[in-house]
Amino acid sequence: MAKIIIPTPLRKFTDRSNSFETSSNTVVKSLENLVEEYPDLKKHLFDDEDNVRSFIKIYVGDDEIDPLNNGETSVDEDTIISIVPAIAGGSIN
Amino acid sequence: MKRMSEVTITQEVSDFMEKHAEETYNNECCGFLYGHENDARKITLAQRVENTKDGDKRRRFKIDPDDYRKAELFAVQNNLDLLGVYHSHPDHPARPSEHDRKQAVPFFSYIILSVMSGKTAAITSWQLNDDHQFEEEEIKTLQTKSL
Repeated sequence: MAKIIIPTPLRKFTDRSNSFETSSNTVVKSLENLVEEYPDLKKHLFDDEDNVRSFIKIYVGDDEIDPLNNGETSVDEDTIISIVPAIAGGSIN
Repeated sequence: MKRMSEVTITQEVSDFMEKHAEETYNNECCGFLYGHENDARKITLAQRVENTKDGDKRRRFKIDPDDYRKAELFAVQNNLDLLGVYHSHPDHPARPSEHDRKQAVPFFSYIILSVMSGKTAAITSWQLNDDHQFEEEEIKTLQTKSL
């Protein structure tokens, strides 16, 4: 059972919960488990092809992983999965 | 007419952001904003973070995902909420660009400092609505020191 840390901007879609315990055994299945529990979160995490959106980064512990290539990374009860939105901007369109 | 939402910041936070924006001129600066959101949003702490945009930083900023992850952790460890980010617009108005809007995330207050010829000219705050459009928030500055 891994723990997913929900970033502050997405907590409005998780009833203000800052974390979620999942019984899934891989990273991607854990994220799918999360959006099953909180369906409003899905469009913010996954694109139309059900891949993790490009501006969302996924960390397992202290390491960033690529969900497309490493989504089957296994997780256990001590695993912390962090969802990290990319923050950027600038003055010119 | 719809009433503008409010965000309260302390004078220390305001001064901190201005100093950072002016020191960084003519590049864009960026940082995190922490506080609490009970009945109203109150920002009591600002924290600098490196602008990791490759190349020209005068018109763009980017926060490293690992710095963001640590900011969320900092908030939890210090019983604070991560409530937004600030960044500067050197020699440009304190209004979000289309680029800002496309990259923005819900819930956060986006505070923008316009820095004209090295001096802060305006500070505004913005938050996305449900249609992913920015709406301006009224900034209320607390003059007294918060404990």
